[in-house]
Amino acid sequence: MGSRMRSSKAEAVTAVDGHTMIISLTGDIDHHSAKRLRGEIDSSLFTLRPKRAVMDMSEVEFMDSAGLGLILGRIACAEKIGCKLTLLSPSRQVMKILDLAGAGRLIEIKQK
Amino acid sequence: MTTTKKPMTETAEKRKSGRPPENLKNELRLELPSNSINEGIARSIVSVFVSQLDPTFEELADIKCAVSEAVTNCIVHAYRDTHGTIYITLKILDEKTVRIEIRDRGCGIEDIKTAMQPLYTTDSEGERSGMGFTVMESFMDRLFVVSSLGRGTKITMVKTLGDGRIRGIK
Ligand SMILES: Nc1ncnc2c1ncn2[C@@H]1O[C@H](COP(=O)(O)OP(=O)(O)OP(=O)(O)O)[C@@H](O)[C@H]1O
Ligand SMILES: [Mg+2]
Repeated sequence: MGSRMRSSKAEAVTAVDGHTMIISLTGDIDHHSAKRLRGEIDSSLFTLRPKRAVMDMSEVEFMDSAGLGLILGRIACAEKIGCKLTLLSPSRQVMKILDLAGAGRLIEIKQK
Repeated sequence: MTTTKKPMTETAEKRKSGRPPENLKNELRLELPSNSINEGIARSIVSVFVSQLDPTFEELADIKCAVSEAVTNCIVHAYRDTHGTIYITLKILDEKTVRIEIRDRGCGIEDIKTAMQPLYTTDSEGERSGMGFTVMESFMDRLFVVSSLGRGTKITMVKTLGDGRIRGIK
């Protein structure tokens, strides 16, 4: 009763661990969801102004070039406030898109 | 010995005759309004349709991504300040090959060659990466773009499953 079908609604949940802000992304990141995610991430980023931030990509189910735009945009925002941004555990599929744009040169990518 | 003569199933019949089974000549036409919620809906529908070819997880993910790019371009660029219809046609060409057409009646592309360059975008406010066409090109086997200013754009993409891996090409 009442249990919903698993939806792929994208979410950005932020948490703080010492001087590091952790942004956990889930679901489908496309043009439809990217604008909202951008607002959510930036409001935490500019309020907390952390020294370091980690974008945890391990629960992302789908991402297209809009997600790439979201990541590149957040790299620029983090730079503005002197924050070092790291990408954590992108899937093979997400990695393929990052590689197409040579994003590995712009951001540190770590696996869990 | 008595045998009851069982009617041959359609597939068995076609296999015997050497022709591809009738159910592989499948086609789907879809019209969607240019609302961004339809990016995910188009991906899901294409994914269900392509599943009949028994794709690998990676092949399906590639196709979904390419479709997402083309549909998003209709919404973001073709119908930029307006609303319109996105026309999608999916066709199974043979046991391993799918053709996907995504068409709009939007603004059209002035210079296709330039538009297809990696990192090229005409949208500076939207945080576009300008990688949509590059994704479509690298995730599908073939990409054709036809466009007419003021009349619209048609993207045709073809992918043969299993092919890229066996021949080691992309
Ligand atoms: N259906 C279309 N109608 C009109 N113009 C288009 C269409 N598709 C693409 N374009 C033009 O081609 C350019 C490149 O498209 P591409 O998808 O590669 O990048 P983008 O959409 O700008 O950015 P991204 O896809 O990375 O978010 C667009 O900026 C736009 O000017
Ligand atoms: Mg695009």
